[in-house]
Amino acid sequence: MATLDAKIPEGPLKEKWTNYLNTMKLVSPANKKKLDIIVVGTGIAGSPAAATLAQLGYNVKVFCYQDSPRRAHSVAAQGGINASKNYRNDGDGVYRHFYDMIKGGDYRAREANVYRAAEVSNGIIDQLTAQGVPFAREYGGQITTRSFGGVQVSRTFYAQGQTGQQVLLGSYSALKRMIARGKVQMYSRRQMLELVIKDGQARGIIARNLVTGELERHTAHAVVLATGGYGTVYYLSTLGVSSSGSAAMIAYRNGAFFSNPSFIQIHPTCIPQLSDFQSKLTLMSESLRNDGRIWVPKAKGDKRDPNEIPEEERDYYLERRYPAFGNLVPRDVASRAAKERCDAGYGVGPTGQAVYLEFRHAIREQGAKTIGGKYGNLFELYEKITGESPYETPMRIYPAGHYTMGGLWVDYELMTTIPGLYAIGEANFSDHGANRLGASSLMQGAGDGYFILPNTIGNYLADKIKVPRLSTEEKEFEEAEQKVRERLEKLLNINGTQTASSFHKRLGKIMWDHCGMLRSEEGLNKARTEVRELKQEFWKDLQVPGTLNELNQEMEKAVRVADFLEMSQLLIEDALNRNESCGGHFRQEYQTEAGEALRDDENYMYVATWEYQGEDQMPRLHKEPLNFEFVEVKARTYK
Amino acid sequence: MKVQLKIWRQPNAQTKGQFVDYSLNDINPEMSFLEMLDALNKQLIEKGEDPVAYEHDCREGICGSCGLFINGRPHGPEKEVATCQLHMRSFRDGQTIVVEPWRAQAFPVIKDLIVDRSAFEKIMDAGGFVSVDTGSAPEANSTPVKRQHAERAFDAGVCIGCGACVAACKNSSATLFVAAKISQLALLPQGKPEAKRRALNMVAKMEELGFGSCTSTEACEVECPKSISLDHIARMNREYLKASFSEEKD
Repeated sequence: MATLDAKIPEGPLKEKWTNYLNTMKLVSPANKKKLDIIVVGTGIAGSPAAATLAQLGYNVKVFCYQDSPRRAHSVAAQGGINASKNYRNDGDGVYRHFYDMIKGGDYRAREANVYRAAEVSNGIIDQLTAQGVPFAREYGGQITTRSFGGVQVSRTFYAQGQTGQQVLLGSYSALKRMIARGKVQMYSRRQMLELVIKDGQARGIIARNLVTGELERHTAHAVVLATGGYGTVYYLSTLGVSSSGSAAMIAYRNGAFFSNPSFIQIHPTCIPQLSDFQSKLTLMSESLRNDGRIWVPKAKGDKRDPNEIPEEERDYYLERRYPAFGNLVPRDVASRAAKERCDAGYGVGPTGQAVYLEFRHAIREQGAKTIGGKYGNLFELYEKITGESPYETPMRIYPAGHYTMGGLWVDYELMTTIPGLYAIGEANFSDHGANRLGASSLMQGAGDGYFILPNTIGNYLADKIKVPRLSTEEKEFEEAEQKVRERLEKLLNINGTQTASSFHKRLGKIMWDHCGMLRSEEGLNKARTEVRELKQEFWKDLQVPGTLNELNQEMEKAVRVADFLEMSQLLIEDALNRNESCGGHFRQEYQTEAGEALRDDENYMYVATWEYQGEDQMPRLHKEPLNFEFVEVKARTYK
Repeated sequence: MKVQLKIWRQPNAQTKGQFVDYSLNDINPEMSFLEMLDALNKQLIEKGEDPVAYEHDCREGICGSCGLFINGRPHGPEKEVATCQLHMRSFRDGQTIVVEPWRAQAFPVIKDLIVDRSAFEKIMDAGGFVSVDTGSAPEANSTPVKRQHAERAFDAGVCIGCGACVAACKNSSATLFVAAKISQLALLPQGKPEAKRRALNMVAKMEELGFGSCTSTEACEVECPKSISLDHIARMNREYLKASFSEEKD
């Protein structure tokens, strides 16, 4: 049975990564040519990893479900990417960056991993700039930065409100260069459906060609999952509608442990849901809180036009509750505060489930042109959806599911509990604890992909140089493919009456109501029953039209929803197990008198890591204790 | 509101396609165009029919997956939006809406409204990058970049690779797509060392793949969801000419 050895290198915090690099095993260039690596996913972790591994000399096969690797959902990240370059001379540095992330994560992340993430951040900016990523600049030609939530320095690099797009396209271009050189074989329009394991080690995948329906066998010496997060478990989220938790669930069912699954970030500033047919919630970047002020009317149910509500009748509740950080408190804090005001009856808009985010003051101070320069495309995006201009009337915003801090358990080398299977970027759990700070997801993904994994994977592959390619005719491939075929046929042959999306929508509602921003033992128990019943109904009444041997988008959805149903059960158990509030995990029973999260460090200062025990069986809990050797664990306050 | 739909249905690349009529009642004008198609598909599936295949993912106009030819225009009647950002409020009650895939020789139909845009990938492979190995990059601020150049490079870099420019062009030319990348990298000092090679190779690849030539009708700029300017085509032409006349073929 696998054990939880995080393999943290010895030595002081700031020497650990250097010590690791100095002592890790290397694979010679001649031997790298004999080794194959599969990378699943082409976002801001997968593309850099694939490009860098290929550049090192490995043979890389890359998979994505879209028609092009450029469409991975990292493309939608808006506000920025952090690095501790201290260009502003405002007191930033690697240690402060590390400390902000540890505190921001509410002391539920692993110190050594977080420090390393901060340490490699500066190299990412250099790399992206060299690739031609057009970061925002000053007139003198130097790169400029802005502030994000949960920090008091200005360390966020950006390209208007489309940083994710620019950063991803830079990494995509690096991948394209390696494809052109023949070192990367690109498989787009493929859905990974099974992991192939031989002698306990990851040796390949089964993928479905989404155009022909054909099941394909792909062999490798190691498999890297860069498959992103599972925030679409709520159905409505800021994610791409085809983003899923399927790859992570495949790994989990094959024995990879899953950590802190219920740590999900609810992003405070999204365009609110307006109707039942809505398929997607759109994010409004956190960067807007640099200049925007959040408020609700002081009077309950005040239906006046926001521009007619005088200053003294407005409650700038974040500035009131958190004077030190004001509108730039971290996301979990801002989301809960918005929910608190709306639940108390102060919400605005047609549904009462929204708060205002206003730029009047900033426009008065800086002028509409300057504000437009910073946020122009976000204002346009908002206007396209709502028909209202944020230059003239405050935005209405409400929290929505966004990012998953939880993910596959990995050690310091980013390897899961299955040898040879790696998880990078949002797919792993390791760097953000119970809450992620803004602009650190692009950073962590790119750091894992460019600088960490390409080194650590060699330490494993150094022992595999004499291992021949596993033939795809071997029984492990045969069995894995058979398993996939049976599952797909089972889904197809239910012949019920309801679509996969209609189940997803109902699941999303259960999870949002009971395992979203606010959780309670009672609610979670209710959700447990409801999800079990929904899952039974799904397997009895699902309707998938068409066949398996063609492009069949309903089949793709059915696979995702089946996995989400199972994953939801895991999320609920994790949220029930953690009898404390920390970061994005807020249990009603555990809060201070002021309504802040109340941690229980004595009993829950660990990574809750789950081992699969079979379908509908209670998973087994393993605890990785979090030992804070370098920072003092304190109550997290932004007041 | 009610709408009459004429949708291109084609089971696969080998079979001939045709328009099929559908009518939908109870459409909320606040629905997005894709949510309207979702509603149609739900009805089709519940009736046991094959749903309409179309591509989409982010549904916020940035991934470039969606791309439908609606009433004769790429991404429909509104300016500066991708199909996923189009709302039913842009149509009249009772209106007939014709929905087709991108029509271009270089973009063969895969199924219904989905086309194969891998020709764009091949163009990018031909040089849409800066050759810089991971780890070898200099300190980011060691090369100042004029703010105006960075901004113009960004304006070209926002291309989402949807293919609307090709669909809009009477010659099915991919010039705006190719120009956006060539121009972005030509504007930045980081892209300069390979500028000539990039311009020659990407343009040659575009021509090889069956895209037509640019005759400057400007339809692409009008239909581009990101309003990428024809100025970038002008810059690409300058780069291409410079490279063609240069003795040094880097």
